[in-house]
Amino acid sequence: MRNFKNFVESLDLSFPEKLEISTHNKWITVHPANLVLAASLAMKAGKENTEIIGQVPLTGQYLDRMGLYNLSKTPSPFVYNKKEEAGRFVPIKIIKTSEDQSRFITDVIPLLHLSEENSKVVKYIIGELVRNVLEHSFAKDGAIVAAQYYKKTNRVSIGICDTGIGIWKSLNTYWHPKTDIDAIKLALTPGITGTTDKEGGTAENAGAGLFFIKSIAKITRNYFVIYSGNAEYTLIKYKKRIKGFPRLYADPNRDPHSETNNAPEFLGTLVAVDISLHETPEFNELLSSIGKVYDKAIRDRKRARYRQPKFL
Amino acid sequence: MKKIINIRKIAGDFAENKDIAKKLRIEEIMPALSKGDEIILDFDSVSGATQSFIHALISDPIREFRDVAFDNLAYQNANNDIREIISIVYRYMQESLDSNGSNE
Repeated sequence: MRNFKNFVESLDLSFPEKLEISTHNKWITVHPANLVLAASLAMKAGKENTEIIGQVPLTGQYLDRMGLYNLSKTPSPFVYNKKEEAGRFVPIKIIKTSEDQSRFITDVIPLLHLSEENSKVVKYIIGELVRNVLEHSFAKDGAIVAAQYYKKTNRVSIGICDTGIGIWKSLNTYWHPKTDIDAIKLALTPGITGTTDKEGGTAENAGAGLFFIKSIAKITRNYFVIYSGNAEYTLIKYKKRIKGFPRLYADPNRDPHSETNNAPEFLGTLVAVDISLHETPEFNELLSSIGKVYDKAIRDRKRARYRQPKFL
Repeated sequence: MKKIINIRKIAGDFAENKDIAKKLRIEEIMPALSKGDEIILDFDSVSGATQSFIHALISDPIREFRDVAFDNLAYQNANNDIREIISIVYRYMQESLDSNGSNE
């Protein structure tokens, strides 16, 4: 995910009615983030207008296994036994309702064959991110999800994408962000939700979801990406050589990150996260650290609104 | 009167479906608290829950009923993760409510 910004900058989204997907002709390594973004664009363009072009190397079989060929009119050139061991992954899935989401969490996440403790983290992340799509994106195609477990690095990578209204529009009613990158940063700020400007949120929303997930990525020393509209924000991996628990910040500007507000305009939202399983502390410890920063952010923002004495 | 609600039966092993939380809140928790009844949310055999689920379940009762909610809502068989999430929601809801009983 380190190179996700380069990937985004190489996209040409100027003609959304037609999609051509090309790969390197010798090798392919694809993060679920790239896959779900391609899938969302393919669904928008329609199968008949989507092609996988050029010479796709043998490792491109992965695109077939993950279900990308099913979304294009290009037939898969790969012949293999689909039942053979293919690693631990969740191919591209579409989730349109909260019932779909519950079924996905119960039936599909076990395909990653994780321990109970690690599975909880993945369920939590997917549960929150998919719910965000269902509730805030107004995406006709629902949430597009894919995940992969990498044995060598003991890491799970997750990508979730939609072609809905995007983060800027979702926050504009109450928060009026100037740009897409401002909107992303607001969405990452504890206590900010698109459904109200009141502290504590509404009965349904607290504005905690994305902050919690960015924090999980930071604590487990990994990447976290959001791409929406013209903006892209990547949380930089917290270096392993720095000892101790990574410090969490309520303000996403304080986290080491890269950002752009000049990416090709993506009409929707993509969120991707990597989780290093060997870096994951007990989940309740992780939640406790995140919760403390969340409380403090709410308290500080409330205090910032207090009336000040008038000193003459 | 005391009512025990089995979360596992309604929300499954991992509680993430906010529609279920909302239904439970509107149909069970709020009416019970408004009558001054006790509600026990039983998380037996629930492995985890999202913050969104817990927020949708209890934030409005806390906002609406304050001390009645603190006194009459209780949780049993919640594992450490779920306890932590419930505690987080309790803390930030109290932080966000002002001292005279109305939301900012």
